[in-house]
Amino acid sequence: MYEFNYRKVDSVAAAVEAMQQAEDGKFVAGGQTMLPTMKHRLASPSDLIDLGGVAELTGISVENENLIVGAMTTHAAVAASAEVQQAIPALARLAGNIGDPAVRNRGTLGGSIANHDPAADYPAAVIALGATVQTSKRAIPAEEFFTGMFETALKDDEIVTSVSFPLPEAAAYMKFENPASRYAIVGVFVAKTGGEVRVGVTGATACAHRGFRLEAALGGELDAGGIDAVELPVEQMNSDIHASAEYRAHLVKVMTKRAVEACQ
Amino acid sequence: MSTVSMTVNGEAVCGEVESRTLLVQFLRENLGLTGTHVGCDTSQCGACVIHVNGKSVKSCTMLAIQADGADVTTIEGLANEAGLHPMQQAFMDNHGLQCGFCTPGMVMSALDIVNRNGHELDESTVRKELEGNICRCTGYHNIVKAVQAGAKAMGGS
Amino acid sequence: MNENGIGASVRRKEDQRFLIGKGNYTDDINVAGQTHAVFVRSPHAHAEIKGIDCSGALAAPGVVAVLTGDDLAADGIGPLICGVTVTSDDGEPHRAPAHPALAQGKVNYVGDHVAIVIAETRAQARDAAELVDVDYNVLPAVIDTGSAADSGQQQIHEVAPDNVCYNWPFGDKDGVEAAFAGAHKVSKLDLVNNRMVTNPMEPRAALGEYNPGTDEITLHLTTQNPHVHRLVLSAFNQLAPEHKLRVVGPDVGGGFGAKIFVYAEELVVGWACRKIKRPVKWNGDRTEAFLADAHGRDHVSTAEMAMDENGKFLAMRVQTQANLGAYLSTFSTMVPSYLYAFLLAGQYSTPLIYSEVKAVFTNTAPVDACRGAGRPEATYLVERLVDICAADMGLDPAEIRRRNFIPVDAFPYQTPVVQCYDSGDYPAALDKAMELADYSGFSARAEEAKSRGKLRGIGLSSYVEACGIAPSAAVGQLGAGVGLWESAQVRFNPTGNVQVFTGTHSHGQGHETTFAQLVCDQLGVPIENIEVIHGDTAKTQFGMGTYGSRSLAVGGVAIARACDKLIAKGKKIAAHALEAAEGDIEFADGNFSVAGTDKAMNIAEVAFTAYVPHSYPEGVEPGFDENAFFDPTNFSFPAGTHICEVEVDPDTGVVEVVKYSAVDDFGRLINPMIVEGQVHGGIAHGVGQALLEGCSYDSEGQLITASYMDYAMPRADNLPSFDIDYAPTNPPDNPLGVKGCGEAGAIGAPPAVINAISNALGVRHIDMPATPETVWRAAQQAAAVSA
Repeated sequence: MYEFNYRKVDSVAAAVEAMQQAEDGKFVAGGQTMLPTMKHRLASPSDLIDLGGVAELTGISVENENLIVGAMTTHAAVAASAEVQQAIPALARLAGNIGDPAVRNRGTLGGSIANHDPAADYPAAVIALGATVQTSKRAIPAEEFFTGMFETALKDDEIVTSVSFPLPEAAAYMKFENPASRYAIVGVFVAKTGGEVRVGVTGATACAHRGFRLEAALGGELDAGGIDAVELPVEQMNSDIHASAEYRAHLVKVMTKRAVEACQ
Repeated sequence: MSTVSMTVNGEAVCGEVESRTLLVQFLRENLGLTGTHVGCDTSQCGACVIHVNGKSVKSCTMLAIQADGADVTTIEGLANEAGLHPMQQAFMDNHGLQCGFCTPGMVMSALDIVNRNGHELDESTVRKELEGNICRCTGYHNIVKAVQAGAKAMGGS
Repeated sequence: MNENGIGASVRRKEDQRFLIGKGNYTDDINVAGQTHAVFVRSPHAHAEIKGIDCSGALAAPGVVAVLTGDDLAADGIGPLICGVTVTSDDGEPHRAPAHPALAQGKVNYVGDHVAIVIAETRAQARDAAELVDVDYNVLPAVIDTGSAADSGQQQIHEVAPDNVCYNWPFGDKDGVEAAFAGAHKVSKLDLVNNRMVTNPMEPRAALGEYNPGTDEITLHLTTQNPHVHRLVLSAFNQLAPEHKLRVVGPDVGGGFGAKIFVYAEELVVGWACRKIKRPVKWNGDRTEAFLADAHGRDHVSTAEMAMDENGKFLAMRVQTQANLGAYLSTFSTMVPSYLYAFLLAGQYSTPLIYSEVKAVFTNTAPVDACRGAGRPEATYLVERLVDICAADMGLDPAEIRRRNFIPVDAFPYQTPVVQCYDSGDYPAALDKAMELADYSGFSARAEEAKSRGKLRGIGLSSYVEACGIAPSAAVGQLGAGVGLWESAQVRFNPTGNVQVFTGTHSHGQGHETTFAQLVCDQLGVPIENIEVIHGDTAKTQFGMGTYGSRSLAVGGVAIARACDKLIAKGKKIAAHALEAAEGDIEFADGNFSVAGTDKAMNIAEVAFTAYVPHSYPEGVEPGFDENAFFDPTNFSFPAGTHICEVEVDPDTGVVEVVKYSAVDDFGRLINPMIVEGQVHGGIAHGVGQALLEGCSYDSEGQLITASYMDYAMPRADNLPSFDIDYAPTNPPDNPLGVKGCGEAGAIGAPPAVINAISNALGVRHIDMPATPETVWRAAQQAAAVSA
């Protein structure tokens, strides 16, 4: 790891200010991706602005048919939250299956989506649930938030403060794990909200996305009968030593079917 | 360099660190607590698991400076004059260790499992919960038995 | 039975320190004035070095020294060696390219050592290492095992035309061809034994200290064999004379073979600490372990079996191309030759066997022994081929094995491939394993699984391995540069407690307990009064170390022999003290007694008398301290049958090992708890190879699987609990009746798993690692064929 300036802040405003003063600053949330990246010298921020002390960024509440999760809420806290378990049990299960227990004690929702690892779990849920990402500047609809591999709509000095998930009638997440890293080779989140069935897909392509073709096949119903016939664009799928594009495309359909079945 | 202070195994400690100093480096190099090990550089093997404010963390994936003011427990903080902690004893009784390198992290993770899941643990729960700890020696068979036995013993004490 | 003696599951003596965080691994040791080293490694698989500019690094904060291959050569430090000669088919020794510890003009794999940067802190050394400017002329790389020797390939080493290290034909080629010509049926299989990264959890490390007062270097190393390290570093690398070099292997966090070898980092750290007159510490990280630890396996083979109309094996023919990597690691040449081809008989009475092994160089990390070393490769090939034979003959896999097992009354059994098996009862192990696995109930379980949409399969593996390495004369004839005896010293202190010095070492096997049990059992000394000492050339006599499941079978016997000598001497001392004839003295349970009387003295009293010999037998030396060296007359041959049961999800290709049963013959068990733990670990290693672990380079020689993010290690949720039992026989060649157990699981498991998956899918073969995609594709094909 290269040396850097460590900046601990206690408010969103102070964090933004610290970032604006930094030559090449980075926010750190739980650090579970950031620190390994820095250890391998793949990132070399001049300043690391630690959001760990910003109390306003943690917390879980249900307001107006929305589950609101503070950005610095850890995966472990989401998994163990009675409110989440009642409001969107699929989200609690998703959080409880990210990384491993020790990683879940540090890793956060905000860090995960701001980093946008194409194999991370949360983006699938954010998309399928039609969530809104609240930042220090604005509210960003899920589908506009994830823009590319490790890329989001966030500006350099913009911080995710919370995510607001509309409560679904039914939801389920199915993850096919990379046997080594345990990240998602493919993760599919299916949610029925307000009569609409949405599918969020992670791992499969460079960017977490809505599975429009899958949604079309479902036609607003939790009935997976049409999924096998869906033609997915294999050429857009990721391919690596763990899973070829063709296999990933196949897995997207299998995970979708299983998620739909789990919704019932 | 910055000064950090924290409580480690019940004792107040402080030291000078660079921003980039990892918590595990601080424990091993500044405090000489070499029971916490480093087995990988991608936050996966779990040899470095300790407890920070009562929760398991990978001390290779946390900066020392982030633990400023925290209450830290390492493998060295478990046994007392009366003897081994029941979880440590269970690892010994069930031959849950061979080379011993992953053991401190395993034991610390095991305690975290008990904290969250209670004293009656089924095999599949233990296996799933040990996802973040890699052992090359034991094939996990006896580690799983040890965690189950240790959890039970902790409940009875 | 002595409650802490042979056969007791004594809790391990070493556990206390490991459990309270007081283990003492190499990286736990720090010394005053220590500097920290980082190696500059090649980012290219194959390149000429046109120049190295160290000036930027030398000017960086905290840097003490930057040293390169030129500095090493100028000081006369020799290249790394390979200690076993294999004669190629042209009658010449294997081709042995120079292996400088720091590159001299050329790098040959990603991770190859170019320079050492030494600084006050590790972070400073790493910062400065990035400033070493190396001018590379990148050359095409040779990566693939199977095509490395093809004509037109890039040449890696001038001394090795066509990148061939050796061609090694072995066996009766004409006899085998004649048998194939007349066979009722020939079964054939092409298979790959996947490359593994050994991955002990403790990364390698070295700490070198030079004392100018004594001109002595002390090297703390992550080593399985400190004396072998010292010998090689002294005799071949000219680091320091043996008496001026101390090698200490403190607690070692797993080895599995990877810590046998003498590595570049170890030699360079030892040399650098004297050069800069300060202690130098290098602690490798996991990435470096992936790049530059010796890897294992990596064979591409074709296997054929000729059978008669009853499925009886008539002859076997094997062709193997083995990847040795960029340079020859310490014992690399013997792994795909002697440790492999000599095991190709397996448990069967196949009368004729012919094999051809071509060992090749590639631009990948050196390949050497990894848990099992050659024997897993042989076993995988034989046990997969036997299943193919069963399928071709329409026989149950258990039945074809039974028809071809070496009969129980044929032991000792001379195989056609050098080895003479000591003892075995292969049908007994098979029967017991089938019972343990409820083999007969399998079809019902498969039906039930089918109702859940799962494909269930069962696979057998009946393995034999050669352990107790090794008779010195035998390995000498084969070209080994060392003897493979073992040493022990058993020393009573005047107060009656015992120190046992062994030339073996422990990296998790629990020798401090097992060896103490041996002594406790034989001498009747309470186990808490026995301490086992190993791993330090300044403390223990010369010994060969721990690998090849040899420590108990060879080192344990040396301990027992030293105890015999103590008992013999003790009888003389007791006879004098008890005023009896030496021939009337009996020894049992720690007491020397006069036969037929109640006159007796405890061995501790005898020891005290030996150190305070005021009244002492004439002609007997004072002191109670004996040593022994044991050179075995044969290898030992552990064997057994492992049965794996899997469930495959045909929609995803995910394989779950749902049941695993193992019945092994290890001879006599000293500590069953420890033995069982060894079996568990070995099985996990073998299941890892079969399902998860595949070391993969891209075509340019970049290691794709360079971390746990891409190299899948078995985790707790990949494995079931195992059902273990034993079917022991008594090996006549081993004085303790033991065979060795550390590698069995890694040898037996891979074919059991792959046989089970093939059975589940109804396919002929699937290569390791059977990843979900591989299995899914095989399932798709099988479904298409049957449709």
